[in-house]
Amino acid sequence: MALTVTMPQLGESVTEGTIARWLKQPGDAVAKYESIAEVITDKVNAEIPAPADGVMSELIAPEGTVVPVGQPICSIDTAGAATEAAPEAAVPASAVPAAELQGAAVQEPAAVAAPVQRAQPEPAEAPGARAEAQSGAETAVGPIQDAFTEQATDAAAAEDASGGNGQSGGYHVTPAVRMLVREHGVDLAQITGSGIGGRITKKDVLEFVQRRDAGAGTSIPQRTPAEAPAPAPPRAMSPAPGPQPASSVVQAPAPASPSPTSFTGAGEGETVVPLTAVRKAIAEHMVRSRQTSPHAYVMVEVDMSAVWRIRDREKAAFEARHGVKLTFLPFVARAVVEALQRHPTLNASWSDAGIVVKRAINLGIAVALEDNLIVPVVRDADRLSITGLATTMADLGARARSNHLKLDEIQGGTFTLNNTGALGAVMTQAIINQPQAAIMTMDLVVKRPVVVGDAIAIRPIMNLGLSFDHRINDGLQATRFVTSVQKLLEGLDPAATLV
Amino acid sequence: MCMRNRVTGVAEKTYIEAIRDGIREEMQRDDRVMILGEDVGAKGGVFGVTEGLQKEFGEARVLDSPLAESLIVGVAIGAAMNGLRPIAEIQFQDFIMPAVDQIISEAAKMRYRSNGDWGVPMVLRSPFGGGVHGALYHSQSIEAIFAHIPGLRVVVPSTPYDAKGMIISALRDPDPVMYFEHKRCYRAIKGEVPDGEYTVPLDRARVVREGTDIAVFSYGMMVHSSLEAVDRLAADGFSCEVVDLRSLRPIDREAIVASASKCGKVLIVQEANLAVSVASEVAAIISEECFDSLDAPVMRLGGPEIPAMPFSPPLEQFYLVTPNKVEAKLRELAAY
Repeated sequence: MALTVTMPQLGESVTEGTIARWLKQPGDAVAKYESIAEVITDKVNAEIPAPADGVMSELIAPEGTVVPVGQPICSIDTAGAATEAAPEAAVPASAVPAAELQGAAVQEPAAVAAPVQRAQPEPAEAPGARAEAQSGAETAVGPIQDAFTEQATDAAAAEDASGGNGQSGGYHVTPAVRMLVREHGVDLAQITGSGIGGRITKKDVLEFVQRRDAGAGTSIPQRTPAEAPAPAPPRAMSPAPGPQPASSVVQAPAPASPSPTSFTGAGEGETVVPLTAVRKAIAEHMVRSRQTSPHAYVMVEVDMSAVWRIRDREKAAFEARHGVKLTFLPFVARAVVEALQRHPTLNASWSDAGIVVKRAINLGIAVALEDNLIVPVVRDADRLSITGLATTMADLGARARSNHLKLDEIQGGTFTLNNTGALGAVMTQAIINQPQAAIMTMDLVVKRPVVVGDAIAIRPIMNLGLSFDHRINDGLQATRFVTSVQKLLEGLDPAATLV
Repeated sequence: MCMRNRVTGVAEKTYIEAIRDGIREEMQRDDRVMILGEDVGAKGGVFGVTEGLQKEFGEARVLDSPLAESLIVGVAIGAAMNGLRPIAEIQFQDFIMPAVDQIISEAAKMRYRSNGDWGVPMVLRSPFGGGVHGALYHSQSIEAIFAHIPGLRVVVPSTPYDAKGMIISALRDPDPVMYFEHKRCYRAIKGEVPDGEYTVPLDRARVVREGTDIAVFSYGMMVHSSLEAVDRLAADGFSCEVVDLRSLRPIDREAIVASASKCGKVLIVQEANLAVSVASEVAAIISEECFDSLDAPVMRLGGPEIPAMPFSPPLEQFYLVTPNKVEAKLRELAAY
């Protein structure tokens, strides 16, 4: 059984992802939930898990390609996942000579990595050994791989034949569409699907044919999948009536690349650093955010004396009890969550139908990596105490750094908090993480002389900044929200203990 | 589609008035037409369909029967075979079970068994369907049992116009006709009904609303729920064709194929549960005849596979196919 894996929906407004790296090659055994590819979308690196046990049979999308959500990226042969006891049965016998098959199948890594490691003399812990084991396996399964490739090609050819064009492989084509393709001689690659997962509907084909026939004589511009679907106003349908617009429609205004700046080559004294997929994704997101939301800013100074004292007193015991360091971050996060409950329009998104206020508070915490920016999300952050936030964020942060976040841990954020102080910044203006309403930055806590009453005192002061989408909130609401966070932090009882 | 003759005027009437008008007029024209059933006489029927008819036509033609459904249908079969045109009323479709042997083993088979010499020109009328807090014994939709049986006609009008035209056609048909009335239609559904004589064919579906994107097949009260949902989708630019099947046996294959092929996406809506039902038959016809036109899986919406309609109002709502549920399903199909 060839199982086609498609580009998953990696976020609410995400319409495409870039294959950064294949973690499995054709012929590799994959276990269900095992990561098969690294995918990059706006700001995040995510790993795609295998939907079933099997053997990777074909990588449809090469590394570096941008694939729309719902389009196929690879196929996995699930027949290869038959019981370990009888690996021969797992392979289509007719396609492979028996001798080859047996030799290969014995060495074929089963769904788990263990058998491979067992076959190697080196200790499994050594990363090199693991890599060798894998490459060894690759060589060993060569014949099988060929067999699978052949099979996949056959399948694609069959679909091509029925689709009546050379490029329909990988499309989900209904009988009605197939009929129309045959009737009108349409190349499906030129049509952007408006159905679920980018499926090309009968209506899409009919509209395409109408446009084509209307403009007969003039050439049809070749459309890439990244391009917006043709304007089809009545098709703004989502499966359930709801304020969230269908992503396939949202995609429309997003340019495929941040700017069409052309560049002919490095001049004297210049070096061109090639763009990584992550760099491109970040660039696209930043440009889009700036173009989408009119940013406005507000900043207040927060007297962190109370937080400072609590933290000073509790940090040793906290680390001993929970195994994570107690920083200022969970205090601020807790205050942000409480303030969001009081000011729900900051926990919202813009839509043409109205401002979509989110009931759940999913707090994104920006994590800076050397070559990437990741915003893992603390789901239902309003249900967590300061301690709960501290441990959850520490866990997410650690896994963000080791690239082990799961997809749903980087999706669905409703508000983002950025601990810019951790890097030493004292004043920051962040760019909103779309489609959220605002992003908050907490800068470095600095001891400063401040006037208290009529005396000068030394107090730990933190700049707290907010960049907000002025379409959704005005300065009034934004400032109220920020001062709410400020008052919550300043009003903490310095004698309070953490549970 | 509808043959009109000797129509003198048009008035807005309820579904129940339309049925009564059709029966009364046919009784005035044809002495052979008579009614029998529980409480159909003095009381005028449990819902009032036969109100005033006993007074007008006398006890011999509007007969209160004992509480014995097998007797009602058995007597009607005998009367029909001996030259009358009886209407047997079963008070609720739920109560039809004791008469099923008479209907399926006798009425349905008479013409075949007698090599065409005998027929059973009987009309069996019965209300069905839920949504009126009728609970387990007054809410069922078991039309599929009879739609399965060769030798029977099964019709379900959804509008006052069809209700009158089809009861007249049924009374003139030489074979047994199961005429099922959705009880929620009785007073909720109003429409223009011509005065005087006209008939509506017993084997033709009707396109109630023309559209291009999704074909919705339905019957009885569900036609109205579907229309409400379709109107909501129309606001978003989606054009749905609504087909009132009207006749469940024989079913109008031609109409089903035409609308399904035209739209490419199909939703079948019924109140009954789905397994082995009218919706199953419609879906089967479409898969046999419209395969090359389909642009989405054929979808069905019906009651859940549980034994009966519950009494508890929230559970009744859970069971019922409401316009909201139809809308959600249509949107799912539209987005496909």
